[in-house]
Amino acid sequence: MMERRVIEARDIVTSFGETVIHDKISLHIDAGEIYGILGESGAGKSLLLKEMIMLLRPTSGTMKVLGHDVVNIGFKEAQQLRQRWGVLFQFGALFSSLTVAENIALQLKEYTDMDKNTVDRLVATKISMVGLPQRAGGLYPSELSGGMIKRAALARALAMDPKLLFLDEPTSGLDPIGARNFDRLIMELRELLGITVVMITHDLESIHDIIDRFSVLADRHVVAEGSLDDVLRSDHPFIERFFKNEYVNKKFPRGQKCEGE
Amino acid sequence: MEEKYLRVEKHEGQTVLFGIGDWNLYNQRRIESELERIRPVTPLIWDMSGIEEFDSAGVLLFINYFEKFKKLTNVEVRGYTPQQERLYRLLAEHQNDEISLERKSEGSLASVGKGVIDAYREFVSFLEFVGYNTAGFFRYFVNIRNFRYKEMFYHIEKSGMDAIWIIALTSFLVGLVISYQSAVQLTKFGADIFIVDMASISITRELGPLITAIVVAGRSGSAYTAQIGAMKITEEISAMRTMGFDPYYFLILPRIFALMISLPLLVFFADVIGIFGSMFAAKMELGISYTQFINRLQDVLNTKHFWIGIIKAPFFAVLIASIGCYRGLIVSNDTESIGQQTTASVVNSIFFVIACDALFSVLLTQWHI
Ligand SMILES: Nc1ncnc2c1ncn2[C@@H]1O[C@H](COP(=O)(O)OP(=O)(O)O)[C@@H](O)[C@H]1O
Ligand SMILES: [Mg+2]
Repeated sequence: MMERRVIEARDIVTSFGETVIHDKISLHIDAGEIYGILGESGAGKSLLLKEMIMLLRPTSGTMKVLGHDVVNIGFKEAQQLRQRWGVLFQFGALFSSLTVAENIALQLKEYTDMDKNTVDRLVATKISMVGLPQRAGGLYPSELSGGMIKRAALARALAMDPKLLFLDEPTSGLDPIGARNFDRLIMELRELLGITVVMITHDLESIHDIIDRFSVLADRHVVAEGSLDDVLRSDHPFIERFFKNEYVNKKFPRGQKCEGE
Repeated sequence: MEEKYLRVEKHEGQTVLFGIGDWNLYNQRRIESELERIRPVTPLIWDMSGIEEFDSAGVLLFINYFEKFKKLTNVEVRGYTPQQERLYRLLAEHQNDEISLERKSEGSLASVGKGVIDAYREFVSFLEFVGYNTAGFFRYFVNIRNFRYKEMFYHIEKSGMDAIWIIALTSFLVGLVISYQSAVQLTKFGADIFIVDMASISITRELGPLITAIVVAGRSGSAYTAQIGAMKITEEISAMRTMGFDPYYFLILPRIFALMISLPLLVFFADVIGIFGSMFAAKMELGISYTQFINRLQDVLNTKHFWIGIIKAPFFAVLIASIGCYRGLIVSNDTESIGQQTTASVVNSIFFVIACDALFSVLLTQWHI
């Protein structure tokens, strides 16, 4: 059964020698949420994500994902946990020597005993679900456009029907229409599959349209957390700069109202 | 057989099929074999309420057998949650019976033809590469100020200086081994001292240059291919081109010059260490003292042998560096191709070094040098 707290980070410290990137960061993500991580370039968003998916060990602090303590985890437990989430890397990270279909089928073939026909059917369904044409299955990553790479990588992340999905800047590098479609797709998947989504993003519209709650990283700390309204109440300089400018006010009049409070 | 995922209850005039347990990817096979055994004859009620986890693999299975059973009898489905229904709708919309995931594969005749054309294209593009390099070479003399000295010195250090230890070790061992082996034969004829002639001439004229070239091909030729290939994949080469930096000028010529300068020096070094190795073996095996060895060396080692070995080195260098760089430039857009090209680079350069050496042998014998 699904735990209510999907991710719980407490007092996370990350440092490389003298440089401290995170100084006692705490946050929690609940089941079924679309949770955003926001912050300037270099604020340590990708590093925080890497700590959640066990690519990096925090210098200190505890990190619990799906009820498992991922800082002190055994090999077998870690292998099982890795099948329960999907990760979409910023640049796709599709395996360049495999076709799109082979990329998606990889985990299915490795971890289950389904026959080839069933795997192919599942792969074809995932390809269609993320809005790629069927013929894309036979193409190599070098033959895809940027938007198609993101979609193919999403299909790969969804291969095992994960309940938890990590997305690193999913809409960066997409055209505005492509970006909105991608947002809608993520929304739809959350509704239909009931997955929890953790996404790093700079995209104001994604934040406005699909994100339930998010946290803002700046100066090595989480400077604000919560829904858009909650965050707008903060007067940290980064938030002032990022949200309370003319462009945002014009685009999302709701921000203006909040500012007036 | 025990049913773990299905329970069948037969009532008058109808069958009730209960799905139970986890209908997910891990159990798909076993669920399918249980479903396979069901042949509904009376109207069927399919009850989903006992299913705990129901993922895409399970739902696809359901869709399959729902279609099948519907052809045989009336099927009524009940007991699903709204979320399961949504997943069903999503998958029903996106599933597709005409799956075309495979690339079209070609016949064997077509692939033979393709292979021939590819080989021909590769040959033409190598000629193009050689032509471009030669032109770049002359431009270098015209416009000597633009030459990338910094890159060249960097590569002299990486491919020349850093190779010293491995070359010292291999040439010492080769010198040792050939003396040791020939000592056994020479003592049979009481011609012990001729070991100096044998070892010194073969090392300076042939073995020194060859061993150095082979080590450098394995060390630096492969590195050139991998570096340039990785730059190709990350589109650094395209970026350089758009900024007006000619990769031939920035990447390839400095590497070729660096090897042309460092390889002769390495050969000289290999000669010295190789002769030292054979001196060592001669003393251990035949009791020829170092002084005796060196005196004899002064008498018998004509400097022309030494020069022939040194002169071959820049030719080997050009071969190794240009093959390495060329192989890097033709890396295609996937990581596997870096591996293939690196292998090809080492294999080709060792082959061409040996072929070039044979050519030298033939020519020099013809000219009685
Ligand atoms: N291996 C590393 N060693 C030292 N510093 C690093 C390392 N990896 C990342 N950093 C630094 O950590 C900071 C945060 O990086 P990252 O999480 O990638 O930023 P972003 O928020 O843009 O995703 C950056 O300033 C980066 O320079
Ligand atoms: Mg990042």
